[in-house]
Amino acid sequence: MTNSLQMDSPRTAVSNPPVQAMDSNLGERDLVRRSATSDLPPPERQLTAVAKLIDVSKCIGCKACQSACVEWNDTHPGVGENVGVYTNPHDLTEDMFTLMRFSEWINPETDNLEWLIRKDGCMHCADPGCLKACPAPGAIVQYSNGIVDFIHENCIGCGYCVKGCPFNIPRISKADHRAYKCTLCSDRVAVGQGPACAKACPTQAIVFGTKDDMKKHADERIADLKSRGYANAGLYDPQGVGGTHVMYVLHHNDKPHIYADLPDDPKISGVVQAWKGATKYVGLATMGFLAVGAALHGVFAKPNRVSHEDEEGAEEVLKDKLGGQSEERA
Amino acid sequence: MVKAERVQPGDEIHMGPPITVDRYGPAARVNHWITALSLILLAISGLALFHPSLFFLTALFGGGQTTRWIHPWIGVVLFISFYIFFFQLWKANLFTRTDVKWLMSVKEVLTAQEDKLPEVGKYNAGQKMIFWGMALLIMALIITGVIIWDQYFLEATAIPTKRIAVLVHALAAVAIICIFIFHVYAAIWTRGTLRAMTRGTVTGGWAFRHHRKWFKELAQRRRVDPAE
Ligand code: SF4
Ligand code: SF4
Ligand code: SF4
Repeated sequence: MTNSLQMDSPRTAVSNPPVQAMDSNLGERDLVRRSATSDLPPPERQLTAVAKLIDVSKCIGCKACQSACVEWNDTHPGVGENVGVYTNPHDLTEDMFTLMRFSEWINPETDNLEWLIRKDGCMHCADPGCLKACPAPGAIVQYSNGIVDFIHENCIGCGYCVKGCPFNIPRISKADHRAYKCTLCSDRVAVGQGPACAKACPTQAIVFGTKDDMKKHADERIADLKSRGYANAGLYDPQGVGGTHVMYVLHHNDKPHIYADLPDDPKISGVVQAWKGATKYVGLATMGFLAVGAALHGVFAKPNRVSHEDEEGAEEVLKDKLGGQSEERA
Repeated sequence: MVKAERVQPGDEIHMGPPITVDRYGPAARVNHWITALSLILLAISGLALFHPSLFFLTALFGGGQTTRWIHPWIGVVLFISFYIFFFQLWKANLFTRTDVKWLMSVKEVLTAQEDKLPEVGKYNAGQKMIFWGMALLIMALIITGVIIWDQYFLEATAIPTKRIAVLVHALAAVAIICIFIFHVYAAIWTRGTLRAMTRGTVTGGWAFRHHRKWFKELAQRRRVDPAE
């Protein structure tokens, strides 16, 4: 009935996921990082790293993945407005964790118009900037299988994660003031299923499995693309953020930015590093030392007291000045 | 014109005995304490979001969510009340040549050998530095604070701008907390100072010891109320 499969992570979304009920196999004990928490105990076990692979060259832009995401996560995005582009809604929102971004790009080599479609969403970074920036203990967690998840009840809605993320992913809800983004369907993965988007994709442009398997699969795809003349085809698994658990196969991997501004070399901004690194520690130490120093000096040093001579001095001044002036008048 | 820095409207000597000098009127004092209270609340709520070890302080405000929304509003209160205060005091805080001499005698300042220091007006160079430091930092904090006030100004700036703003906000906050500690400490160490902000007056001896030029000027200008 339950977890007899002994699977630590599902292998793939398409190949026979378990149909029997199973207990959640992803929880607190699998955390490798927890926001604003320094004393996190090491996880009891190491799950196999998972990844979602999005093959941009196979995507037909049908948005079945977007619909499946809305469906599974039970979000209710409002009706949008058509401004003449296929990208809809116009940006990621707290109700739209994934978004097909359509770019029209003229290849300078062939002079062909290429219609690039990229499924935008959280990349599930190995070194997540969102988690680094978050001040609320446990509002952002990372599991040993690589999934970065937001735990909404711990979120305070400060928006620091938005500043920390190199991919501009998290969105803060105006309704409940909490941050939302793609969960990599952690609740599905926990019970051996693949993400809803991967399940829904009619062309298998989205596949899910172990990160190793996904890399192997990507290699085949890249070889195929190269044989078709895409000399720069490659895998987008940016090392600046330690690699990601959502990867792309790009036919123009030499210029990721043509895919609706996908960063060429994403990393956590140096400004964020300075803020969450040196500033945090040196700042706290400075304030602490000063406060303690002032308290000690206050207790042990002689206070600056007004003396008798000062009081007499004041009287002298008054006598002088007032006396002097009344003489002048006389 | 130079004298403008030494005395301010409302400053007045009372013959006593004992001799007292009016230093801050009721409006200035109310202003000061609103500013002080806001600064303390801002420091606590800000520190709670600054370092994880201080996150527990959010409980004082009723949780993280409340801390997050209330902090910027307290900031607005601080900004307004400080700047009302600022316009009452700025003239008396302009730097003069005496301030340079005073600053060169750090040792005498710290060891309370005031007789070896030049006579100072209503404010000494240390007080002036605290004043201008606060003014500058509060300006930096309100500007960067609005930039990262995403609840209302999310769309106004881009993320790279917000990153710089949040860093500057943190640095300015550390600096202003340090200045705040100096300010409170100096007011306590220099006995007889606190009453200037509670009762509004100081003793003649205090004025003579610490702000002799101010005191002499008041006497000179016959800003004296003998009827006591
Ligand atoms: S908005 Fe929530 S998840 Fe994002 S940094 Fe703030 S507390 Fe963390
Ligand atoms: S893409 Fe952004 S939100 Fe997703 S894990 Fe990386 S830093 Fe966090
Ligand atoms: S479901 Fe698949 S083919 Fe359709 S838009 Fe999404 S990724 Fe592209």
